Amino acid sequence: MDLRAKAIDIRKDIVTLIHHAGTGHIGGDLSVTDILVDLYYKQMNVGPDKVDDPDRDRFVLSKGHCVEALYTILADKGFFSKEELQSYSQYLSKFIGHPNNKIAGIEVNSGSLGHGLSIAIGMALAAKMDNRPYRTYVVLGDGECDEGSVWEGAMAGPQYGLDNLTVFVDRNRLQISGTTEDVMAQDSAEARWASFGWNVLSIPGNDMDAIDAAVDLAKRTKGKPTVIIANTTKGCGVSFMENQAGWHHKVPTADQVAAAIQELDERKAAL
Amino acid sequence: MSKAIKKVIAEFLSEEAKVNKDIVVLCSDSRGSGALDPYAEEHSGQFVEVGIAEQNLVGISAGLASAGKRPFAVSPASFLSTRSMEQAKVDVAYSHTNVKLIGISGGVSYGALGMTHHSATDIATMGSIPGLRVYFPSDQYLAEALMKEFVSDSEPAYIRIGRNAVEDVYADGKLDFTMDKAVTVQDGTELTIIACGELVYEAKKAAETLAAEGKSVRVLDMYCLKPLDTEAVLKAAKETKAILTVEEHSPYGGLGAMVAQLTAAEYPTKVRSLTLPDAPVVTGNSADIFHHYGLDAEGIVKAAKELL
Ligand SMILES: Cc1ncc(C[n+]2csc(CCOP(=O)(O)OP(=O)(O)O)c2C)c(N)n1
Ligand SMILES: [Mg+2]
Repeated sequence: MDLRAKAIDIRKDIVTLIHHAGTGHIGGDLSVTDILVDLYYKQMNVGPDKVDDPDRDRFVLSKGHCVEALYTILADKGFFSKEELQSYSQYLSKFIGHPNNKIAGIEVNSGSLGHGLSIAIGMALAAKMDNRPYRTYVVLGDGECDEGSVWEGAMAGPQYGLDNLTVFVDRNRLQISGTTEDVMAQDSAEARWASFGWNVLSIPGNDMDAIDAAVDLAKRTKGKPTVIIANTTKGCGVSFMENQAGWHHKVPTADQVAAAIQELDERKAAL
Repeated sequence: MSKAIKKVIAEFLSEEAKVNKDIVVLCSDSRGSGALDPYAEEHSGQFVEVGIAEQNLVGISAGLASAGKRPFAVSPASFLSTRSMEQAKVDVAYSHTNVKLIGISGGVSYGALGMTHHSATDIATMGSIPGLRVYFPSDQYLAEALMKEFVSDSEPAYIRIGRNAVEDVYADGKLDFTMDKAVTVQDGTELTIIACGELVYEAKKAAETLAAEGKSVRVLDMYCLKPLDTEAVLKAAKETKAILTVEEHSPYGGLGAMVAQLTAAEYPTKVRSLTLPDAPVVTGNSADIFHHYGLDAEGIVKAAKELL
């Protein structure tokens, strides 16, 4: 499978879903799409037939507001149907605006930022205790790293030598109110995590090959957890949304959806 | 007329900060949702952005207050009343620092974003902290009246407001306001509806419908959850046949629970409470959710008729 083509198709579905629902966090969805595609279509041992498999890999979307990207992929993978997902955010729908583990394929509920890393540490610790081969993956937002609880987790991961844990920081340099550096500076994220004892990889975060190579490298790293600082573009793939703080949770109009789809189709043709 | 209460608060603070240089507004990446962009631009020296860090938000506010500032910490009610609850308990209430905690987008106003974003337990949690007052203003006039108190008084408080514009309960200039006294929105003799926050408007509409059917219903705006206006509650218990409470809150530890506890001890009266469920609410916007659980005017009328 060409993962880059898949990521473009997923982006088209995300944009369409958010327009249809009239709500969603489009900027962060588009920045994290490539990471999720690499994990769900290549790297992770997960699938609709494995939701209760004790050895399935674990995934936590700590930046839970980007659930539309996750839903779109889970629907495409057959955890539930694309038709069902059309009820997203509507009255009585089971698909709410943040991950919820009543939905097949979702491990834990998130949405309040700063929880996911600790939960992922618990999952990775359990694998060590039970000698299970599964790996745990978690995606944090860079704004999310303002939360003190993230750094409690950052201390604990190396403490327990969790080399079965891989953390992504979606380093798109934006949060709601503007750039991370204006709101609460994160540079150098690499130096911060390294000083906490992590194996730190810093990559172009919308580059599929770089993501895939980093995940492989993390798997081979022993004795400590890996954090992949994914230098992404918020809104990636739709040029008028890229790097615009306002597209954190704006909903595209029908015309904007058409323009976005056209651009994504062009990008796909150019692959 | 309708207006979002966050706008009223932001505009009030913008004016006040011009004359009171001790006013400091703090946000946790919540400047836009608090309608505080104009304030932040106009008063950059009296504005502190802490990022997505609610514990830091409340701790810094407490430090500012202990050094003589008048901090207003503005953050989504869901996170402010849970993530930073210990800071509210220890650094604000226990240390008695004059911090005003403004919980925005409260109750279920985040709708389909789900339980992480709902604050349906904040009367219980924040109200259970010794020394912390709790207020749920119902409309723009009531919010403004409260803000006038908050900029001059010296006690900490938690205020919860919704995200959306709310219809006016009171006509301009017609609010008869005394701090910590419930407002009688409408007088009546057969039943008293006690409501707080956004649902006061629904209670008022319900009472109008009931009045058209010849039923005399009193409506109290209990914006002051703590200290509760016990006098108004007991007066209602004595003068009307039953009490119906309406709140955007869980069944535990909220307005209905407090009214029932008070009347049971002082003047046993039939009390029925309309609340959100003890469960994550159904998916929908706040109007959907209110309707689903019978918290809108239609649901209130139905419950009132069962009591009358
Ligand atoms: C504890 C908590 N505080 C505040 C919020 C509100 N919120 C939702 S998304 C967001 C910004 C997140 O920025 P970032 O982590 O950088 O995510 P991304 O840029 O990938 O969308 C905020 C403040 C929240 N969900 N949880
Ligand atoms: Mg970001």
